Amino acid sequence: MSKESAPPPVALPEEMTPGKPARRASAEAMAARQRDISVSEFFAKNRHLLGFDNPAKALLTTVKEAVDNSLDACEEAGILPDILVEIREIVPGTSSTNPGRFRVAVEDSGPGIVKAQIPKIFAKLLYGSKFHTLKQSRGQQGIGISAAGLYGQISTGKPVVIVSKIGKGRPAYRIDLRIDTKRNQPDVVAEDTVDWSGKDHGTRVEIELVASYRGGRTGVEAYLEQTVVANPHLALRFVPPKGDPIEFPRVSYDLPREAIEIKPHPHGVELGMLLNMLQDSPGKTVKQVLMDDFSRVSAAIADEITSRADVPSTTSASSLHGEPVERLHKALGEVKVLAPAASCVVPIGEALLIEGLKRRFKAEFYISTTRPPAVYRGNPFVVEVGLAYGGELAADEPADIMRFANRVPLQYQAKACAISEAIYQTNWKSYELQQPKGSLPIGPLAIVVHLASVWVPFTSEAKEAVAPYDDLLREMKLAVQECGRKLGLHLRSRAKAESEHKRLTMFQRYIPEVASAMAALLRVPHDGIEGAFLAALPKFVNIAEEPKEEPSPVSDDRQLPPSSRT
Amino acid sequence: MATKKLTPPTKLTDKDTKTLDKLQRLAAKALETVRRGANPTLEIRARTLSNVSFNEQKRIILLGDKTQAREFFNTSMARKFMQMFLVASGCKTLIDEGKTVSIRQMYYMTKHTLRGSNENTFEDQSESDPIIEDLEVGIDVLREELHLFANRRGLVVGSLVVNDAGDVIDLARMGRGGWGIPSICEDDNLRFVRTDAEFVLLVEKQAIFHRLHEDRFWSQHKCILMTSEGQAARGARRLLQRMATELKIPIYVLVDNDPWGLYIYSVLKQGSINLAYESMRMAVPDVRFLGMSAFDYKKFNLGKPAEIKLSKEDIARAEQMKAYPWFQDKKWQREIQGILDHGFKMEVDALLTKYVSFITEEYIPKKLRDRDYLQ
Repeated sequence: MSKESAPPPVALPEEMTPGKPARRASAEAMAARQRDISVSEFFAKNRHLLGFDNPAKALLTTVKEAVDNSLDACEEAGILPDILVEIREIVPGTSSTNPGRFRVAVEDSGPGIVKAQIPKIFAKLLYGSKFHTLKQSRGQQGIGISAAGLYGQISTGKPVVIVSKIGKGRPAYRIDLRIDTKRNQPDVVAEDTVDWSGKDHGTRVEIELVASYRGGRTGVEAYLEQTVVANPHLALRFVPPKGDPIEFPRVSYDLPREAIEIKPHPHGVELGMLLNMLQDSPGKTVKQVLMDDFSRVSAAIADEITSRADVPSTTSASSLHGEPVERLHKALGEVKVLAPAASCVVPIGEALLIEGLKRRFKAEFYISTTRPPAVYRGNPFVVEVGLAYGGELAADEPADIMRFANRVPLQYQAKACAISEAIYQTNWKSYELQQPKGSLPIGPLAIVVHLASVWVPFTSEAKEAVAPYDDLLREMKLAVQECGRKLGLHLRSRAKAESEHKRLTMFQRYIPEVASAMAALLRVPHDGIEGAFLAALPKFVNIAEEPKEEPSPVSDDRQLPPSSRT
Repeated sequence: MATKKLTPPTKLTDKDTKTLDKLQRLAAKALETVRRGANPTLEIRARTLSNVSFNEQKRIILLGDKTQAREFFNTSMARKFMQMFLVASGCKTLIDEGKTVSIRQMYYMTKHTLRGSNENTFEDQSESDPIIEDLEVGIDVLREELHLFANRRGLVVGSLVVNDAGDVIDLARMGRGGWGIPSICEDDNLRFVRTDAEFVLLVEKQAIFHRLHEDRFWSQHKCILMTSEGQAARGARRLLQRMATELKIPIYVLVDNDPWGLYIYSVLKQGSINLAYESMRMAVPDVRFLGMSAFDYKKFNLGKPAEIKLSKEDIARAEQMKAYPWFQDKKWQREIQGILDHGFKMEVDALLTKYVSFITEEYIPKKLRDRDYLQ
């Protein structure tokens, strides 16, 4: 299901814009024309925004939408996710201009979907969008699985195939779906029950699409590898088109705490969203809307807002237009209210972040930090950073950066992302690493940065990079620095251990010399003197094992209390 | 360490026995300390500017009591600690065998590669020389008591007969070369037999020594003529002190008119910072500064060709010397200031701008006659 929780942008009515131009068409006429645009046309025009700009990215986006949905569904249902990703090559591609055809199957151990809902979820664009509530979920990415299905249908003509089962002893249904692009309605092409006795519940999606399979940082494999880092509770099996299947066993049996839905906070609301909220509340007063649809707004605060905005609190909400709405928006931003409840943000947690890193890297040292919840523009968020250092990581290359927003890897637009910026702006030299000016630190280092928030501010609709809001950037830098300091401590103590070893061998080199000279001076046997020196030696050299700096196991009093799971 | 397999028993002098005892005590103390599990430590009097002082009464530079501890189990000291015992052991070998070597030879005696590494016990003689000085100070012995000597430097001719290790040498019959001053001039192997000299003249430069010797200056003026050949070595300094105390005749020094010449004079007079522990037996507080003085320029009407412009280092050194406690007397301040006011320095050789034997026939005789010297 698509969890598009972003408020759709709303154009300002023309009478609101200054320097009023001559009217060309009425709003009614424009609306009529908009209805005429078919979904497939809309898709064709916006495919770059939705993550289908080229065959390689289309494949990644398809896998990503399916996996993200499976994870969200499992977590919502309180089920530990087991996910299988299969990519089969149907027709090999011959060149970049003539890509091949692949069949992607993503199967989960989730709750399954009630048969009647299946067509709507998989074959209706924008279905399931929640509007008046915010909730941390992966679903901010892209427009949803239905877009992937639509892309498959447009590029290959093949329907989306869904198999789903909701419980033991229940039938498993297989449904072939098409999207009626004219009406934006699902068409059930075929429907059957199948034998899925090996599974109590779960859902399998199959989409055939024109695509190309690519390795590297922006490939499917990289996405899955990073996903397991941010989701230690996920067991994943990946069957690539060529080569052996890859297994990622589960490393944590703790599901992330369920995210709590919250209403928009007065400081975070955008003008367009406010306008929509007012319009969508016929029969309510402004005061009622403020109190019902915003978090942290009491009757007293609602009164304060309306009086500041000079809008009578009893005004009908849906009758408001123009300037009063702008004044209301301004007042919302200025009024003093409590920060939103932090319980709506679910971090991975310091210990699990380290478990996640260990899944991916055989390193010598791991460290992680989960910052306390903070707020930007009324949105609560938590930044987490994990580092893996040494071991099998490449020593002479720039650090491996993994960016996550709500546990979803961000693979494109690294340069434009606030997370990268936070890493660039950190002085890694003070943590004993090399760093060419203004770039990534060099060394056997992997850095994970996770931003958890009910509303992640992306730089664009493509949702590939986080916008560098000051509050976000500051928290990110603090988290990176906190880990960096601990890494620096570790490296310094390691260097100290090495120099202790040097000291030891130096004394061991000199002792026989001193002993011989003393033996000659005193006319006593050399061995006794050497023995006396060697016996005293441990007192003056710290030959103990390399001091291990265990990453502090999470005594996470900062983590929010787990909410009861239903 | 390369030791000879069999050494015939040598008769040890009393001094040798004492030195051996001191060396052994050094080792015994360190061994006792390490057996207790403590850090073996050598206490050495610090040979630094902050640990020397000018003794107004004795008019010499003396080493203070501040010591520095040299520990074995200390990253920055272990190597020097080891080196000190290598030298101590080497000196014991010399004493046992009744032999004396130069400090350069001691460097080779104690130099070898450490087992299992490519590190040498000493990389350079500049590493072993200070260790020898540390040992001298550390156990309070003289260099010769360790059976070591520095390269000899300095020459003597004149009205003096000496007995050097049994050979009687008349320094008035040394041909053109002069008698080389041994690096060790103690009375157990060097004695003054007889002299009718009325003073000693020490010149800094060998070339001036040659000029005066060729002109038979010492025979005309009944004196002993010496050159230190630059900064005076220990042998020359010790010899000069013994002349002053045993022959009881005045000593005059003639050096270039620059800060470095003045410093040569200063070391002869009150000792040096580095060898402050030797001042007592080397400094000659009564030594007289005959020249060249900045004021000789006018007195002897020397003129432009005698001038050499002062360098930056010359000026800095002169300023430094003006601050030394032993140059605080007005006449010294005037003398140093004289050089700075001139802005040039003069070599003794510049006297040849007059004529070749001007120094022998006019300059020195006039200075002596006029008692034109500083003390």
